[in-house]
Amino acid sequence: MSIFKQKGPTPVLVSYAVWILLGVGLLHVVLFWAMNHTTSVQAGYRGTGMQTITATNKPAPAPLPAVVAPVEAGKDLAKDVYLNVQVLGNLKTEEFNRLMEQITAWVSPKEGCFYCHSDQGLDVDQPYTKVVSRRMIEMTQFINANWTSHTQPSGVTCYTCHRGKPVPANIWYTEPANTTVGLGNDAGQNKPSIGLTAMQRDVFTPFLMNANQIRVEGVTSLPKKGTVGKGPTLQSTEATYSLMVHISKALGVNCTHCHNTQSTADWSLSTPQRVTAWHGLNMIRAINTEYLAPLASVMPAKRLDGSALLGPTGDAPKANCATCHNGENKPVQGVSLVETFPELKGPVAAPGKTAAK
Amino acid sequence: MAEYQNIFNTVQVRTEPHHGVELPKGELSRQGKPVFVWLLGKIGDAQFGPIHLGVAGTVSAVCFVMALLIIGMNFSASVHYNPIEFIRLFPWLALEPPAPQYGLGLAPMNEGGWWQMAGFFLTMSLLIWWWHVYNRARALGLGTHMAWAFASAIFLFLTLGFIRPLLLGNWSEAVPFGIFAHLDWTAAFSLRYGNLYYNPFHMLSIAFLYGSAVLFAMHGATILAVSHLGGDREVEQITDRGTAAERAALFWRWTMGFNATMESIHRWAWWFAVLTPLTGAIGMLLTGTVVENWYLWGIDHGLVPTYPAIADPVVTDPALAQ
Repeated sequence: MSIFKQKGPTPVLVSYAVWILLGVGLLHVVLFWAMNHTTSVQAGYRGTGMQTITATNKPAPAPLPAVVAPVEAGKDLAKDVYLNVQVLGNLKTEEFNRLMEQITAWVSPKEGCFYCHSDQGLDVDQPYTKVVSRRMIEMTQFINANWTSHTQPSGVTCYTCHRGKPVPANIWYTEPANTTVGLGNDAGQNKPSIGLTAMQRDVFTPFLMNANQIRVEGVTSLPKKGTVGKGPTLQSTEATYSLMVHISKALGVNCTHCHNTQSTADWSLSTPQRVTAWHGLNMIRAINTEYLAPLASVMPAKRLDGSALLGPTGDAPKANCATCHNGENKPVQGVSLVETFPELKGPVAAPGKTAAK
Repeated sequence: MAEYQNIFNTVQVRTEPHHGVELPKGELSRQGKPVFVWLLGKIGDAQFGPIHLGVAGTVSAVCFVMALLIIGMNFSASVHYNPIEFIRLFPWLALEPPAPQYGLGLAPMNEGGWWQMAGFFLTMSLLIWWWHVYNRARALGLGTHMAWAFASAIFLFLTLGFIRPLLLGNWSEAVPFGIFAHLDWTAAFSLRYGNLYYNPFHMLSIAFLYGSAVLFAMHGATILAVSHLGGDREVEQITDRGTAAERAALFWRWTMGFNATMESIHRWAWWFAVLTPLTGAIGMLLTGTVVENWYLWGIDHGLVPTYPAIADPVVTDPALAQ
């Protein structure tokens, strides 16, 4: 007799089975919610939801590579001793060599000098990584000289992004335009996206390459005459929201690290970190447009190891918040490596002139 | 002899299957041979079927299946018809309304046209099903309370996907069809229009929603608690109060000073349920049309509490300093 057709009282075994199933199910739910890997600290007036939530199960950060011991600088300048030194020519040769050694430890500890240099001669602009790394040194100096609003007090070095790997762990490419015909257009979203939402995946091209408007919230209590239905769309709101989720994931922080849930737009309700983040968005847009995207012209389609270097639309790999932050609120735990290499603080002036700012 | 329990009902009434009253002339007949399902009897009546769709119900069902097919085929196509990916990614898959540039016009099929078509069939299905519900109530000699409660929910559906986009002149304001997609839409809606929690009609809707749950629990508990005294015969006790009704009333008067009656509790429940989507729809209709930012609106009307400053000095917009 099937239990689907059973008449009369419930068979005892069925009863027990139902209760056991319910119990096991409940236990799973309880255990799932009890497994809390975060700590929450009150960071604002009580009851306002201003909480700093941090993960307690993050893997321990990798130990920093050793800093090459300072050297006694002689008199000779790198540009006078070596050929084809375009950016660091004003360094003393000893300082120059020390920096080269350190860059190897920061960027290509396994691959060594010849990841960026040719055995035809250290001055040869081959392989392409030589040209790229020269531009990256300029970029590091540019950031440290012009973007203290975002990077002070620690500044950045090669290690901020590279972390001992020739290719930083977090880079992005522009997503190609949707070419599905007929049906099944996912609109660049509606698949697992940043932070598991179904919102736009590529929010980097509109906001971190192009300067699309990030601010979407209404600025007046009532709509101004003639503006009804003409303001920022819900699609652009989702794009902004997705970008914010990216920042949150990249920094390992929650929304109230910067914002107040009363009004996410109102600056007077926000924390000072929001200003830092605002400068950061401008900074990342500047380095993507001026330094990273133009490198596509010197990059081959494939890396030395055969992996794809250029993106599906032929663009160079670019940076977003996660490239430096790597899940940390302060990259490299806030340790300032740039202090040990002052030449990275800005373009190095020729001796006798004013030092780099 | 069947044994009656208060919380988990083990009584399963088994008689000859009930086929229902005679149908008026010209009606399509009921479909299916009634069967008894023991497990179904654990949560309600064990008899399954026959079902009566009639013309309206059939047309409605066809429209519903059309909408489901359009949405489902678009979902499938977006994962290249891979059934495993379809299941794995199902919560994320969605059919988006037209992009903003298409305004209120017809969009190309793969850029919102399918959404418009699915929306049309789903709306038709709901409206015709409403007519079916109304007519079945009439045919059984019932009041039309269920039809009007259903109409309230349909009004919210129409507001989100039809009336409000129409008022704003853009289909792109409407809700996508998809599980996470419609949740993302909801969150984005609140962010765009300045925190929906400051919308008084949103507050009312939440109050009625939670209130419905409380009333449901209070009423269900009350009737179960007095059923062994005959309290399950609520309808008779509207006019002929027996000891069950008297005791239930006394219980609530003792605990909260006031009691509903066997009749009024059902009006309470009906109105709370009906007002939940109705007030919600009003709140949505006002958003973007007459109110641009609910937080700022709340400040204008003394609704927003002020708290000690977050930062000293108070943070200002860095864009203004440029």
